[in-house]
Amino acid sequence: MPNLKEVRTRIESVKSTQQITSAMKLVAASKLRKAQRAILQLRPYAQKLQEFLQGMSTDLDQTDEAVYAKEREIKKILIVVVTSNRGLCGAFNANVIKQAVALIHTTYRDAHERGDVSLYCIGKKGAEYFNKHQYPVAKENLALFDDLNYENALTIAEELMQDFAEKKYDRIDIIYNQFKNAAVQVLLTEQFLPILPPEDDGSGLQVDYIFEPNKEQIIEELVPKSLKIQFFKVVLDSFASEHGARMTAMHMATDNASELLKELKLSYNKARQTSITNEILEIVSGAEALKN
Amino acid sequence: MNLEIITPDKSVFTGEVSLVQLPGIDGSFEILNNHAPLISVLKKGKIKIRDDKGQEQFFEVNGGVIEVLKNKVLILAE
Repeated sequence: MPNLKEVRTRIESVKSTQQITSAMKLVAASKLRKAQRAILQLRPYAQKLQEFLQGMSTDLDQTDEAVYAKEREIKKILIVVVTSNRGLCGAFNANVIKQAVALIHTTYRDAHERGDVSLYCIGKKGAEYFNKHQYPVAKENLALFDDLNYENALTIAEELMQDFAEKKYDRIDIIYNQFKNAAVQVLLTEQFLPILPPEDDGSGLQVDYIFEPNKEQIIEELVPKSLKIQFFKVVLDSFASEHGARMTAMHMATDNASELLKELKLSYNKARQTSITNEILEIVSGAEALKN
Repeated sequence: MNLEIITPDKSVFTGEVSLVQLPGIDGSFEILNNHAPLISVLKKGKIKIRDDKGQEQFFEVNGGVIEVLKNKVLILAE
């Protein structure tokens, strides 16, 4: 039987943990609302842009921007790993890291052995892991999530595009969590560059548009813009997912703490009961002894 | 005609308008009701709109794309 004082201190500590987790849950929930609004706002924008581009992509090859669309022999590979800056969000970061490691050791195994795979870590958690396990981290950006806005995301996207255009990398993949709803994140590996050819479902743009000034110039404008937006979407998705994951994780932690508290209270009461019974027993037997 | 201006961060304007003036990449142009389908690119400048009641509003953009289709104008601004 555990002694009374021990149980009491444990109850106290579980209670204060529970307070922390439930507070974190509330914080995550309010941050989630904001992040969710941002991503839901961006999605129609990104989608529309994508539609424009796909409708015109037949002419993509003839423009200067074709460099982003052209497949070349894949030698150097860059994997962009989007994780969070903070922990306590369940399997959120672990999943991304696991996926990245799997990708390196399966699909890109040969390239990895040649030393042609590099990582670009966005978010502290991924950077910590890959540095510690001595993966080839080419670059890291830990500040993005501290101040997440379009301009900051833009700089990174431009950096990636420039690296690709200068043939520093022949393929850029992004691993991130896509936001479905507060409880569900979908782990995705997406090819960022070169641009994937659109799925030809025959729909396209059937309307006979006037292109002003001309189709080529519009494509030249649209391609980089669409890439930047796509990248911004990835980051926002990951940000919203992070808060969603943290909220769920903290909710579970709070629930577990109440469960634990219930058990502890039970054993506390049992211990208390035993000690009272013992006391009574002693008094009664003492009195009995005096009577004789 | 129906106009919608959206940026990556938020939706700036939605509503009925009678005139939109835009900073096109080759110069400013206007769109009135029943314009033919059009896709064009915008440069940095001011968008002027006039709503049903004749009231005018201005928006600053850093470039963007515009699509006109069946009296629906969509501006993806930056």
